[in-house]
Amino acid sequence: MRLPVGGMVDRDKAVSFRFDGRVFSGFQGDTLASALLANDVRLMGRSFKYHRPRGVLTAGSEEPNALVGVGEGARHLPNTRATMQEIYDGLVAVSQNRWPSLKFDAMAVNDALSPFLSAGFYYKTFMWPRSFWERVYEPLIRRAAGLGRLSGLPDPEVYDKAWAFCDVFVIGAGPAGLSAALTAARWGAKVILAEEDFTVGGRLNGEILEIGDQSGLDWGKSAIAELEAMPNVRVMRRTCVTGAYDGGSYGALQRVSDHLADRAGRPDQTFWRIVAKRAILAGGSHERMIAFPGNDRPGVMLAGAVRTYLHRFGVAAGSKVAVFTNNDDGHKTARDLRAAGVRVTALIDTRPDVVVNIDCPVYAGGQVISTSGRLGLTAISVRKAEGGIARIDCDCLAVSGGWNPAVHLACHMNGKPVWREDIAAFMPVAGMVPGMQVAGAANGAFSTHAALAEGEAAARAALEFLGRKVAKSELPKAEDAPVAVQAFWQVKGARGRAWLDFQNDVTTKDLELAHRENFRSVEHMKRYTTLGMSTDQGKIANVTGLAVMAELTGRTIAETGTTTYRPPYTSTQIGAFAGRAVGKDFAPERFTPAHGFAVERNALMLEAGLWYRAAYFPRVNEAHWRESCDREVGFVRNAVGVCDVTTLGKIDLQGPDAAEFLDRVYSNMFSTLKVGRVRYGLMLREDGFVMDDGTSARLGENHFLMTTTTAAAGPVMSHLEFCAQCLWPELDVQFISVTEQWAQFSIAGPKARDLVQGICREVISNVTFPYMGCGKVSVGGVAGRLFRISFSGEHAYEIAVPARYGDALMRELVTRAEAMGGGAYGLEALNVLRIEKGHITHAEIHGRTTAVDCGLAKMVSDKKDCIGKAMSSRVAMVEPGRDQLVGLKPVASNARLHAGAHFAGEGVVANRLNDQGYMTSVCYSPTLGQMIGLGFVKDGHLRMGQRIRACDPLRGIETLCEITPVCFIDPEGERVRG
Amino acid sequence: MRLTCPQCGERDRREFTYLGAAKLLDRPKGDAGQAAFHDYVHIRDNPAGPLRELWQHEFGCRAWLVVTRNTVTHEISAVALAQDVKAGKK
Repeated sequence: MRLPVGGMVDRDKAVSFRFDGRVFSGFQGDTLASALLANDVRLMGRSFKYHRPRGVLTAGSEEPNALVGVGEGARHLPNTRATMQEIYDGLVAVSQNRWPSLKFDAMAVNDALSPFLSAGFYYKTFMWPRSFWERVYEPLIRRAAGLGRLSGLPDPEVYDKAWAFCDVFVIGAGPAGLSAALTAARWGAKVILAEEDFTVGGRLNGEILEIGDQSGLDWGKSAIAELEAMPNVRVMRRTCVTGAYDGGSYGALQRVSDHLADRAGRPDQTFWRIVAKRAILAGGSHERMIAFPGNDRPGVMLAGAVRTYLHRFGVAAGSKVAVFTNNDDGHKTARDLRAAGVRVTALIDTRPDVVVNIDCPVYAGGQVISTSGRLGLTAISVRKAEGGIARIDCDCLAVSGGWNPAVHLACHMNGKPVWREDIAAFMPVAGMVPGMQVAGAANGAFSTHAALAEGEAAARAALEFLGRKVAKSELPKAEDAPVAVQAFWQVKGARGRAWLDFQNDVTTKDLELAHRENFRSVEHMKRYTTLGMSTDQGKIANVTGLAVMAELTGRTIAETGTTTYRPPYTSTQIGAFAGRAVGKDFAPERFTPAHGFAVERNALMLEAGLWYRAAYFPRVNEAHWRESCDREVGFVRNAVGVCDVTTLGKIDLQGPDAAEFLDRVYSNMFSTLKVGRVRYGLMLREDGFVMDDGTSARLGENHFLMTTTTAAAGPVMSHLEFCAQCLWPELDVQFISVTEQWAQFSIAGPKARDLVQGICREVISNVTFPYMGCGKVSVGGVAGRLFRISFSGEHAYEIAVPARYGDALMRELVTRAEAMGGGAYGLEALNVLRIEKGHITHAEIHGRTTAVDCGLAKMVSDKKDCIGKAMSSRVAMVEPGRDQLVGLKPVASNARLHAGAHFAGEGVVANRLNDQGYMTSVCYSPTLGQMIGLGFVKDGHLRMGQRIRACDPLRGIETLCEITPVCFIDPEGERVRG
Repeated sequence: MRLTCPQCGERDRREFTYLGAAKLLDRPKGDAGQAAFHDYVHIRDNPAGPLRELWQHEFGCRAWLVVTRNTVTHEISAVALAQDVKAGKK
């Protein structure tokens, strides 16, 4: 019910919204929860397991009950806390986990079945028959239990990521945080103040307080006004700090626009990474529930939340309110409600000797033993200290079991909080997060004075650390009441279930069961009962739950300890972590200079790492990729083909020791390479397996150009840097990646020389550019480089020009090639050509093969040391029985081959024990008119001509193959030298 | 996590790539034999406490760094250029 006056809501601005189809009205400044309470809606959700009716319990992000779905269609966001969602005109919210309606939920039958659904029931009840678990029981349970449902549609919202840096990071803008931020900012520190709520002030907004000669509310307003006027301060509202990480970094989720009807292109949320030299955690505390039978009925709320609704929103949570408390804080609720004209039907304090000065019925030493009301509270029963039961009418019961400091962030780096008996609370320990100090209620300092003082002291310590001078200043006066609490966790000797974890329906009985079945450590208890595993991550349940377990085991709370606190502090959408890195923007795209040409020619573009490469260039009459591929292979075998090979890694090495350096990183010799020549090189890892291959050209005495495979360009570069900096810094060699500086094209086929001659000023002959020769050329006046190397086995060249000429050169080359009966070819044809020639790629050098395995034993020079040499000669690397690279041809020339097939001998079962190796690469060879493959066969080099079965159990295909040499075409290499 | 590159200053750990223990700096001579290389390639201490590790400032100056990190607390107590370490400067 909305009171006629009071609260911080803007009563001139009415806001209309819908909940479960009904239209309601609230005010600007309301949360969905406060607006519903103002409209006397107490029933807001159903619980996870028993489908119990539930109302709002809290007024903050720790809310376990009032979870709703917000928005429609793809924008529907389930499990939104009604206590955090600001209302705006047109907001549409629905309740969750009920069918057909919130008031009548058919699944509430679970509640009657609760004796069968206790902790761990699914481990016991649904055991037989075994096959039923996956097909029957689990789907049933999953459908019955749960919270909101996702829309199943792609999320249309935009999320951002951002970075911020500061001297002092203040987490929480209550009295302690404001005091800390003011002190730090006044003395010149760069301050970020993050507040989870949409309004700053924390408990100042939920209490009647005085600070200095102002009300607490006004003090807070003037503090934030002063902070926002300072250039060295950034105030971040709606920003929940989600985690504390190494080196003073923090994660924070800012809700940018999900409180606005018109988001106007703004991101929904921004995930911040904030780096701070010092941090002050002033995140306040969470009020505790007391476990008593029926404590989950809508209308049972936390006492502090009742005050928040009263003072901040001008809403009375009920018309007849009872208060149940074990500490003095509960008295404030009774007092404030009375002052606002709300009837208080009882104040029940578990402490028998408490003195209460409030004009309402008082039950000192009383305990609530039951509640009634089907969809909302109507009455409670109180067991009086002097004996006898009192039945009290109430539509709201405000409960305070004391306060838990919000130690979570302080514990994110594996810190364990310590129990302090005098205030009955877990406390953070100094230094648990390096550079972080905890102040105020989060540090167990619950009075307003203590909050201001600790905030200021923490800021002073931070300033001192930063080397800033600070003069003395005086704190404004504020109440400094001592903590008056007597730990009280559960009402005993009463019938009925008493809830601990509201969302997951964990009751004290479940803990008793866990105890009986020996799941007694807090971590076991948590997992067996699911206590603390709901979306509030145990903020309501955990401390009370472990206190109950402590009572059961006879240990102290300190001995029992807490479970581990992990980020994020509040549930965070995955989308916010992903930011804009979704869909096409998941990774950057790298395009070669001739990318546009390939796209114009309708090439199918394949991703190769971040690069995009043309797979093939389809022509209008071609229906299948194989037709294009076969044609392109024909270009190279019969005329001339042009392929964009810019993506190969290119590393320019210079210096007097460049040749020596290459000798050490390649397994074969490069110092003997003559200027103007190119050599194929093999690189090993230090453990002796092949890392990568490529060619290196000697452009000058002290100048080499290395190429790597596309995939390994980055790793090879890092490896070379490791070798140069960490192993042999004495070598005088410098190198840099020039992959993106040069566009490079392969020109291959019997007419390759004619094509190259047509575009180069120099004479191209077997004398000027013999096989494996290289040199400078002038391409239409542009200084380029020409390498006579071949991947296809044909007479071939690679020509390189500065990247900006790449597109023009590609177009010119293809035009000329087409006039000669050839044309552009893509990756598919490139792959067929290299398989026909028996050249390896990363399909073969996949990290588990040696030079010997690949038939490249001669590539490991015995004249020098190199990376990987020592380990490559280990017994297991060279002994018989290893899988060795061979060619494979189906015996029936029309049979199909599949990469990934495993080999088995004839007449044996194809299984792991009879495994004879595996197929790595296959293709249809248009040149041979049949499929061919490369693969590793056990002792394959000695098995030429033998037959072996290629078995593919996944596809159910088996092909009898003949083992052949790897090279299927021109084994003497006459074509490349032609 | 933050690392202070001697050349670039304090940066987020996402700019760096981890390799392994700094033992990799001490590559045996080519003729040291397989036992020495086996030890170099495979055998690592696994201390609960300070550990010297190799990181590369891959998305920065590309320098290889010797980082002393406490494996228990993640505290970084020293960062030096691997080149300097090799040269005996640090």
